[in-house]
Amino acid sequence: MTVANMLNLTASPALSILIWIVLFLAALYFARRPFHRAVMSFSKIIYNAMRFSAASVLSAEKRLVRRNREVLMAAGLESAERIVEREFDRIAAAVTRDLEGYPNVHRQLSEVITKLDEDYTESADVPPSLPNWMPIIESIAKIKHTGDSMVANMLSEINRSLNDQHKKAIEDYRNSTAARHGILNKMMPFWRKVEKSLASISKAITNIKKRSKTVDRYMDEYEQIRSKSDRAARALSTSALTQFAIAGLVLLIAIGGAIINFNLIALPMSEMVGGASYIGPYKTSDVAGLVIILVELTMGLFLMESLRITRLFPIIGAMDDKMRRRMIIITFTLLTVLAGVESALAFMRDRIAHDMEALRQTLAGAEEVGLTNSIIPMVGQMVMGFILPFALAFVAIPLESFVTSSRTVLGALVAWLFRLFAFCLRLLGNVGFYAGRFIVNVYDLAIFPAIWLERVILGTKNKKLDMLEAENPEDSPLVEEAVDIDSFDKTLEIKEPRE
Amino acid sequence: MKKIFASAIVVCILIAGCTDTKSRSTGVYMLLDTSGTYAVELKKAQKILNYLLGVLAPGDTLAVARIDTGSFSEKDILSKVTFDERPSVANNQKRAFMQKIDTFVNSVEGSPYTDISGGILQAIEYLNEAGSGKKYILIFSDLKEELAKGYKRDIPFQLPDFNIIALNVTKLRGDNIDPKEYMARVEDWRGKVEKGGGQWGMINDLERLDNIFTN
Repeated sequence: MTVANMLNLTASPALSILIWIVLFLAALYFARRPFHRAVMSFSKIIYNAMRFSAASVLSAEKRLVRRNREVLMAAGLESAERIVEREFDRIAAAVTRDLEGYPNVHRQLSEVITKLDEDYTESADVPPSLPNWMPIIESIAKIKHTGDSMVANMLSEINRSLNDQHKKAIEDYRNSTAARHGILNKMMPFWRKVEKSLASISKAITNIKKRSKTVDRYMDEYEQIRSKSDRAARALSTSALTQFAIAGLVLLIAIGGAIINFNLIALPMSEMVGGASYIGPYKTSDVAGLVIILVELTMGLFLMESLRITRLFPIIGAMDDKMRRRMIIITFTLLTVLAGVESALAFMRDRIAHDMEALRQTLAGAEEVGLTNSIIPMVGQMVMGFILPFALAFVAIPLESFVTSSRTVLGALVAWLFRLFAFCLRLLGNVGFYAGRFIVNVYDLAIFPAIWLERVILGTKNKKLDMLEAENPEDSPLVEEAVDIDSFDKTLEIKEPRE
Repeated sequence: MKKIFASAIVVCILIAGCTDTKSRSTGVYMLLDTSGTYAVELKKAQKILNYLLGVLAPGDTLAVARIDTGSFSEKDILSKVTFDERPSVANNQKRAFMQKIDTFVNSVEGSPYTDISGGILQAIEYLNEAGSGKKYILIFSDLKEELAKGYKRDIPFQLPDFNIIALNVTKLRGDNIDPKEYMARVEDWRGKVEKGGGQWGMINDLERLDNIFTN
C-alpha cells in the first residue's frame, strides 16, 4: 500500500490522515501494556545483570583486598622478624665483643683489689714505737743531780742516749711513714685501672640497654603486625608505596648505568665475536655484550644473596655458613674477572675508535691530525669498565625492594581497577533501568490522547492521579522509589496497578 | 646431567641456526665510466668510493669495475673485497682498497666505447654470487652507451632486490642543445631497470651521497 493509497481512504486526505492517526493511536494504546512490560523487563535484565556483575566484581575485589592485606602482613612480619633478628645479632655481637672478656676483667679486678687490700694493710702498719725502757731512762734523765760528778756524768750519758734514741725513733717513724706513702702512691694506677674497667663495663651495659630498648620498639611493631591492626596495615602499605617509588627510581638509574656499560663493550665485542653476524634481528656482538652485563648482574645478585643482604633466593640464604662463604668467594671472583674483562674491552674500544677515526680522516683526505694521544680517556674508560660491574652488583638491593613492594602496589592497583569496574557496571545498570523508564514515558507521551480518553471514560479518580503523574513526573512516587537501586520490583508494582 | 648437556646442545644449535651472516650485509658494485672525456671525472668517483668505504660495515662487500669497450668481464673488476667481521681487520682492508683505487685513478686510460649494459650484467652476477642482503649497483657515468661493432647487449636485466643508482650523470654537449636527449637517455635506463624488477635512482649532487642507502 502506497502513501497515495493510504490517503485515499476517504475523499478528503485530511480525514484519511486523521483516520490513520486514530487507528495508529488505537493500535499503540492496545499494545501499551505489553510494550511497557517488554521494556521494563529488558531494563530489569540489564539492571540485574549489571548489578550481579558489579556484586561479583566487588566480591572479587574484597577477596583481593583481603589477600593483599594478608600478603602485606606476611611481608611486614618477615621484615620485622629480619629487623628484630638483626638487632639480636647486633646485641649478640656487642655482648661477645664487650662482655666476652668479662671473666678476664673480673679476675683482673679481683687481683687488683687483693693487691689494693694488701697495700692498704701494709700502709696501715703502726710505726715503730720507742723501746719500753725509754720512759724509765727519761725519768732518770730528768732527776736533778746534786753536784756529784759521777751522777752528773751518768745523767748526761743517759740524756745523750735518750736524745740519740729519740732521733733514731723519729727517723724510723719518718721512714715508715714514707714507706706507707710510697705504698699508697703505688696504689693510684691500680685505682685508675679499676675505674677504667668499671667504666668499660658500664659502657657495655649501657649499649646493651640501648639496644634492648630498640628491640623492644621493634617487638612492639612486630606485635602490632601480628595482631593485624589497621594501623600496622596502613603503615606497611605506605612503606610499600615509598619503597616501590624509591626502588623504581634507583632501578632506573641502574638501567642507565647498564646502558652506558653496554655501549662501552658492544663495539669491542664485535672484534671478538664478529660484527656481521646476527642472532634474530640483533647483532651477535650486541647480544654478547648484553649477556656479559646480565651475567654480571646475576653474579651481583648471588653475591648479595650469599652475604644475606637480600633474600630473593631463600635456598642461598638457607645454606650453611661454609657453603655460603664459598659462594661469596666464587661470585666475587667471577665478578672481579668480568670487571677485568670489561676493563680490557674498554681498552680495546679505545683502540678501535682511534683506528676508525684515523681511517675516516684518511678517507676524507685529511692528515691524521687532531687525534689525541692522551691516555686519560683510555684510562677513564678502563676504570669505568672495571667499576660499573661492581656498581651494578648492588642493583640486587633495590630489585628486591621493588619486587617485594610491587606485589602490594599491584594488588592495590588491581583492587582499585576492580572498584572502578564495579562502579561502571552499576552505572550501566542504572542507565539501563532509567532508559527503560524513559522509553515507557516517551511511549505514553506519544499516545497521550488515547490515555486521556481512557481517563475520561474510566472516571475522575484515576484521571486525577494520572494527571498528577503527567504534570510532575519527577515528583511521582514511582521516580522517588526508583532512586533507590533496590526498588526496581517495587517500581514495577507501583506502576502496574496504576496502569 | 645428561638432560642439561642435551639442553645446552639444543640451545647452541638454535643460536647457531639463528646466526645469519649474509642476509643483512650490503653489497655495492660500482661501475666507473672510463670512456672519452668522462675519464677526467674519476676524481669525483674516488670521493664517492671513500664515502662508501666510510659507511660500509664489517661483512659488507664492495667491488669497483671499469666500463670500457667490453665490460662483461671479470678482468674489468679493479678491486673487490668482502670486509672481515672484525672491525680492525676491516679497517686495514679499507686502507688497502683505497690505495688500489688511488693507483687506478692516477693511471687510467680512456676507452673508445662505453659498454654500460655489460657492466651491469657483470655486477648482477657478482652480487648474486656474493649473496648480499641489500644489493646496490652504482653507475658513475653519463649513461651514454656506445657499443663496439658486433657487441650485443639486448638481454633484459634480472634485477629483483637490486638498487641501481646513477651518479654524476653529466650533460653532454647535445643535451644542452636539446635536453630531451638527456631526459630520454635517463628514462631509457630507468625503464630497463624497472622492467627488470629493480629500483632506479639518480644522484647528481655529490653532497647528497647519504641518499644512496636510503632505500
